[in-house]
Amino acid sequence: MHNPQLNAAGELTHLLTLEGLPAEFIVRILDTAVPFVSIAERDVKKVPLLRGRSVFNLFFESSTRTRTTFEIAAKRLSADVINLNIGVSSTSKGETLLDTVDNLVAMNADMFVVRHSQSGAPHLIAAHLNRTGRAHVHVVNAGDGRHAHPTQGLLDLFTIRHYKKDFRRLTVAIVGDVLHSRVARSLIHGLTTLETPEVRAIGPKTLLPTAVQSLGVHVYHDMREGLAGCDVVVMLRLQSERMRGALLPSPGEYFKHYGLTAEKLAMAKPDAIVMHPGPMNRGIEIDSAVADGDRSVILPQVTFGIAVRMAVMSILAGG
Amino acid sequence: MALPDAEQTYAALADRMRGAIAFDAKFVGIYSGGAWLAERLAQTIEGDHPVGYIDVSFYRDDFDRKGLKPEVKRTQLPFEVEGATIVLVDDVLYTGRSVRAAVNELFDYGRPARIELAVLVDRGGRELPIEATYVGARLAVARDLSIVLSRAADGRFAITAEAGGA
Repeated sequence: MHNPQLNAAGELTHLLTLEGLPAEFIVRILDTAVPFVSIAERDVKKVPLLRGRSVFNLFFESSTRTRTTFEIAAKRLSADVINLNIGVSSTSKGETLLDTVDNLVAMNADMFVVRHSQSGAPHLIAAHLNRTGRAHVHVVNAGDGRHAHPTQGLLDLFTIRHYKKDFRRLTVAIVGDVLHSRVARSLIHGLTTLETPEVRAIGPKTLLPTAVQSLGVHVYHDMREGLAGCDVVVMLRLQSERMRGALLPSPGEYFKHYGLTAEKLAMAKPDAIVMHPGPMNRGIEIDSAVADGDRSVILPQVTFGIAVRMAVMSILAGG
Repeated sequence: MALPDAEQTYAALADRMRGAIAFDAKFVGIYSGGAWLAERLAQTIEGDHPVGYIDVSFYRDDFDRKGLKPEVKRTQLPFEVEGATIVLVDDVLYTGRSVRAAVNELFDYGRPARIELAVLVDRGGRELPIEATYVGARLAVARDLSIVLSRAADGRFAITAEAGGA
């Protein structure tokens, strides 16, 4: 099947998912992000790569952090950024998704950064642009439903590579609400493509997708067992609405079994790093002492996230 | 076309710079040939010459046509650019577009007091009003050839011509 992320010449033109994205593209994005990290340390935190281009942040689902990091990334590339909170504008007046897109293309959009609560929405937009001969307008998936969050996956991969170098020697544990997490899904695909030998999913039965093993992931319901010998521990955010859905007894009970404490972290390797995509719930999935501890790389993840998004945007725009 | 000997050309460039450049001039090499050259010049030429590196990929004017090259290196300028005397160093001066990009990038780090340009080979064919301050050798080269600097394990340079214009 034709991969809608690639154009006829086999170049990356949209970033929709890490699933099926060949390793060479992932490695190129990670490599390109390295020089972008240092731009943040300069007096002038800007390079002129996307000067004159217009990047539209199309957020059908609210998000402050992801939208802000995309906005900073685009601005550091000298692009013009237009933020649209679609949830409260056009669609509430009845306009369809593709009509909204067509209108923005008519305003000379060069790139869409799309977040949507429906899985597949960015894919739909990219396929529409490809089909109507406008593949020069790029789409970046900034999170769709439970499906994918590829730039978060990439920044997680960048962080892991930064601290641990070689994926082919690592044991990575992903802890928590894997079932509802597009972050987990993207990371698992990326880790698999980069030949990580051992990826573990740790969580209660109600929060692990039944088919997760088919992704090559080892499942643990006991956190101490699952953390044993890990190099990387990725904590997922527990979405409070899961409590209401009766998937979990109580926040206290969850913390007791699956909250990351110093005592549980001691099961992992002594130099294991702790990651979290944010925003985190202290005292629910992670103890403050761990979140602020010397093994935590949660804030570097945020910094790297901007560089990774700059890399993605400049590779897409450069064709 | 006869290519000059790289080592003799290097010696000629170093001779022209010696005594002419500021004692504390900072050498900034443009990746990758210019980086090797800057490192070696800092050893050869008397004075205090810290070395920095520039990858101009983010400042190139052909991004719209060519995109980003696969391996972008990290620009590293381990000194204050503001008020400094900087010698940009490159292996080959051709259209002048790389130098334009490098000068733009330098200014995003600060306002240098002075920027000079040292090149091993000036092959003509300028498309911008840019000239080198110090030149090792001048050479007329057909448009469809690239002049390529390489560095052997022992640090010695070689100049070759390859098909495919720069």
